[in-house]
Amino acid sequence: MRSFPGRAGVWLGFLALLLLLPHALSYSQQEILVFLTINILLVVSYRLLTLTGEWSLGHAVIMGVGAYASALYTKELGIFVPASMILGACTAALVALVLSYPLFRMKGFYFLIGSFAAGEIIRLLWKRFREPFGGPKGLKRIDPMPDFDIAVWRFDFFEPVSYYYFAAAVVGFSLWLMRRIERSPVGLTFHAVHWQDKLAEASGVNVRAYRTLAFVIASGFAGLSGALLAHYIGAVNPNMFDLELMVFILTWTIIGGTATIYGPVIGCIALTIINEIVLREIGLEQMRPFVYGLLLIVSVLFLPKGLESLVQKGLARVARAKRGEES
Amino acid sequence: MVELLAQTGLNAIYAAAYMSLVAVGLVLVFGVLGVINFAHGELFMIGAYVVVAVFADFQMPYVLAAAAALVFVGAVGVLMERAMFAPLRENPLGGLVASIGFLLICQALVSVQFGVRMEHVPPVTQEVIVISEKVRLPVHRLTVILASIALLSSLWIFLRKSKFGWALRASSQDREAASLQGISISRISIIAMFIGGALAGIAGALTAPLISVNPHMGHSVIVAAFIVIIVGGVGSLEGAVVASIAYAFVHTVITTFWDGVIADIVGLALMLAVLIVKPTGLFGTADRA
Repeated sequence: MRSFPGRAGVWLGFLALLLLLPHALSYSQQEILVFLTINILLVVSYRLLTLTGEWSLGHAVIMGVGAYASALYTKELGIFVPASMILGACTAALVALVLSYPLFRMKGFYFLIGSFAAGEIIRLLWKRFREPFGGPKGLKRIDPMPDFDIAVWRFDFFEPVSYYYFAAAVVGFSLWLMRRIERSPVGLTFHAVHWQDKLAEASGVNVRAYRTLAFVIASGFAGLSGALLAHYIGAVNPNMFDLELMVFILTWTIIGGTATIYGPVIGCIALTIINEIVLREIGLEQMRPFVYGLLLIVSVLFLPKGLESLVQKGLARVARAKRGEES
Repeated sequence: MVELLAQTGLNAIYAAAYMSLVAVGLVLVFGVLGVINFAHGELFMIGAYVVVAVFADFQMPYVLAAAAALVFVGAVGVLMERAMFAPLRENPLGGLVASIGFLLICQALVSVQFGVRMEHVPPVTQEVIVISEKVRLPVHRLTVILASIALLSSLWIFLRKSKFGWALRASSQDREAASLQGISISRISIIAMFIGGALAGIAGALTAPLISVNPHMGHSVIVAAFIVIIVGGVGSLEGAVVASIAYAFVHTVITTFWDGVIADIVGLALMLAVLIVKPTGLFGTADRA
């Protein structure tokens, strides 16, 4: 027995909401919406990385690798912008593959510190070498997405609404892909590697290869989010991808929770709303790190499974109520 | 050339002196609590701001400001232990994440109170020991070196000779066995956090008149401290001191003859190399992660 709206109906309604959402917002809120969309891809890719049980501190820099690579491909080689984004994502995945050889000799805390060191080295290289990375000031005047028309809608990518539609499509497709990966035998092995690594190893699973695979895939999507960001703001610099961004990624992920794919998304949306709407309204933007820090501590202490655990409890209650009605 | 080398050596000894204070505190806390305190650089920063408040703003004597930094930052350390690390005792990753949260709170509070701009701390003394024309040692740097030696020696004696020191070392070797011997882990953790915080605070206070004091100064300190504790071996206090000296020399020499960013890159690469070859560090024995 299916309830009235049905699964397809819910998804269609959700899609309509996403399409209409930017038109209900002011210009600056539309811009925030674009950043939020890009950050959602970033946090969900980070969750994919944590599935195998290793927490990296290099993810922000990996995002930057995608941003720098895509920007340089368009600037130096004249590659068409959407193609350069995919190449940027591939570059980030490739860099991750190279880094995985030294990094996956380490585990736990050592992996954390090692990934931080590796990322920081890359970031300092951008800072140090003016050619081709532009030094501390970074790259400017990065080619935007070329305009085009689909039916009646003219996509002018300086408009946040147009870029939002584009980014949302890319992010939506990426999330669907990551979900498929997680549900596939490969993804189930990621979970096995995390929770039962000795048992998985004894059953003939190459634990290190699966950790590497998760790291590389996650880095590819992080690179894609970086490329989306670079061609939207048109400039990148080393400080955009520093420890502060990494702390934000951690905060979004931990406050949201990592058990489900929507956990980090909830965390990212909730904190963006708190930050951009609540704090901006009362004029306390300066207190953003304070609020983030406090929420991080409170959530680790009192809600270790994240906001998603509240959603799961809510859903379970609804399901129980429904069963109660039926019987 | 000889003079330049001599001057670089003096600069390196000074850098090694305050780095050892920071790194030893971080290692001590990791050994006893099993938590990597990411906010350790911010404890250093708070120490420097105590000097800004007490010495520069209220015009109190510098020695008093340094003592205040030692006690105050030690107390901040105890607060961290009671509020965050104790409830998360069985969850080392949670402790690390909470310390990142604490780092953000410290930066925000200091920014709101003092502003994000660089603070100027007036020099305590202008005197300079002139060894030769190009080799000079400001007296304040000598003070930092001597104070650091004094503090670390007294810590060493405390750890070797006192009952608390024995208990502290026992719990860093094996927490469960130590608690079976009747050692109160929570009491020992408070003492370790006080010492760790106080060392970071006094390091910040000692160097405040010599470096640029700003709310984000903890970042470079914590990065250097990580390099030092990885190279020196996580859990080894002597290793942390030796590695501080080695790192300070390498970093200072490269900064003098090449440039600072390259020096940072070399330091991080060195740490990665150690992690790859021997993940427990060159002097490390304990492996708690």
